[in-house]
Amino acid sequence: MARIIVVTSGKGGVGKTTTSASISTGLAKRGHKTVVIDFDVGLRNLDLIMNCERRVVYDFVNVIQGEASLNQALIKDKRVDTLYILPASQTREKEALTKEGVEKVINELSETFDYIVCDSPAGIEHGALMALYHADEAIVVTNPEVSSVRDSDRILGILQSKSRRAENGQEPAKEHLLLTRYNPDRVEKGEMLSVEDVEEILAIPLLGVIPESQVVLNASNQGLPVILEEESDAGQAYEDAVARLVGEEREHRFLTSQKKGFFSRMFKGG
Amino acid sequence: MSDIATTGVSQTFQLKSASVSLTALELYYFDNDEFEANLRDKISQAPGFFKDVPVLISLEKYEGLDSELDFFKIIGTCRRYNIHVIGVRTANDDQRRLARAAELALLPGSSLREKKPEAETGESPGEPAQSAPKAASAPAQPAPAKVINQPVRSGQQITAPEGDLVILAPVQAGAEVLAAGNIHVYGPLRGRALAGIHGAEGARVFCQSLEAELVSIAGHYKISEDLQESGWKSAVQIQLKDDLLVVTPLDKA
Repeated sequence: MARIIVVTSGKGGVGKTTTSASISTGLAKRGHKTVVIDFDVGLRNLDLIMNCERRVVYDFVNVIQGEASLNQALIKDKRVDTLYILPASQTREKEALTKEGVEKVINELSETFDYIVCDSPAGIEHGALMALYHADEAIVVTNPEVSSVRDSDRILGILQSKSRRAENGQEPAKEHLLLTRYNPDRVEKGEMLSVEDVEEILAIPLLGVIPESQVVLNASNQGLPVILEEESDAGQAYEDAVARLVGEEREHRFLTSQKKGFFSRMFKGG
Repeated sequence: MSDIATTGVSQTFQLKSASVSLTALELYYFDNDEFEANLRDKISQAPGFFKDVPVLISLEKYEGLDSELDFFKIIGTCRRYNIHVIGVRTANDDQRRLARAAELALLPGSSLREKKPEAETGESPGEPAQSAPKAASAPAQPAPAKVINQPVRSGQQITAPEGDLVILAPVQAGAEVLAAGNIHVYGPLRGRALAGIHGAEGARVFCQSLEAELVSIAGHYKISEDLQESGWKSAVQIQLKDDLLVVTPLDKA
């Protein structure tokens, strides 16, 4: 049985797709057979970040509607060989994701994969509900600002009440907080909420803190999951998050601002 | 001190005193068809409330003949409506004998509150019927409090339509909690809390940290802006005094 993980946030633009790409790549790199599904029908992005947009033939909706088999639609990642991508449809409506259809695909994937990562669209509409419905675990991606925290709280409430586990009266999905775009300098100046603030408000365990970084943007533009930028702080922070997700203990890093020393100032000009 | 320590035998159970509030069905007379019709009518008014509810048959106001009293029929009819008869309250020895024959627990024929919980054994037939039942003065059973252990998240609404609401977690901004009685929040209250929704002016709101968007008691409310002045972000109780919401710190209450 696969572990089904939804990456969700309520709010848009906080880093769900970036996180889905990195978490799934990280899990696959550890040898787990992993598939990442793009639930954002009509606003397909995951394939760009995974750099497989030129290899999309069939998509998730084609599989649901029986126009293609799963094997035809799954795209094998070129960098990590235990990783597969199931892209979203760019041309269909979100309503094409029927509850029964999604369930059938997830059940079929469960038979062969260790992890199924569901990249949720923003909002609390149909697409987001479908993405979180089957989740055993939820990674709630949050930016350290008030509106993002509020939306994360909302999606946590929906997870508790509208998921399959809630409907069947099972133990609720395990919740993880992933704080992205964290900038310790701005936290110190009081321009951003601190890790402690967000943890205190949302009251769920912290999976990781991803520092704000130019590397993230560059990697996305190149179609590279940032976790593969192994030298970068953001890449390492995702690596730590994946380790915690599979049960390892890792200390949280990148929470305080790095005071630049004399030499780095000289060499980097700043 | 513990039994395990002294005897070396492990215990499969432990007896504890428990007090539970029950619904009492006060029977005036018994006719199975009428009884069923009345029951169906009552249940239709609040189907959720009566589902799987345990019930005590109280015979203190029973005026019919003991020979008409058929506990097996009562139990059967109740069970068809998912109501479970668990015991009988009466002082009359004949009625007690009938109840015992139907394997129902026996409770002494007086107000429940005056009795010790241990009295509920069914093994004390000689219990004297002291304190003659005073009609119409039996204390009404308080509605049970609704207890919530999880955070109440933005967009969620929790209602206790009959009694108190107790929340052992935060009430988040954008969430709403409502109760006919008091509201206790053992965590920060960041959302909206409406106590006394059926007009109970004596209802209060208690919270560990007042950060609410709105607090209302029996329709009198204050919004966040007006709550900042006293007790903000501290443990307080809020009550209605002379049509005004008054916030008092809990350590000074």
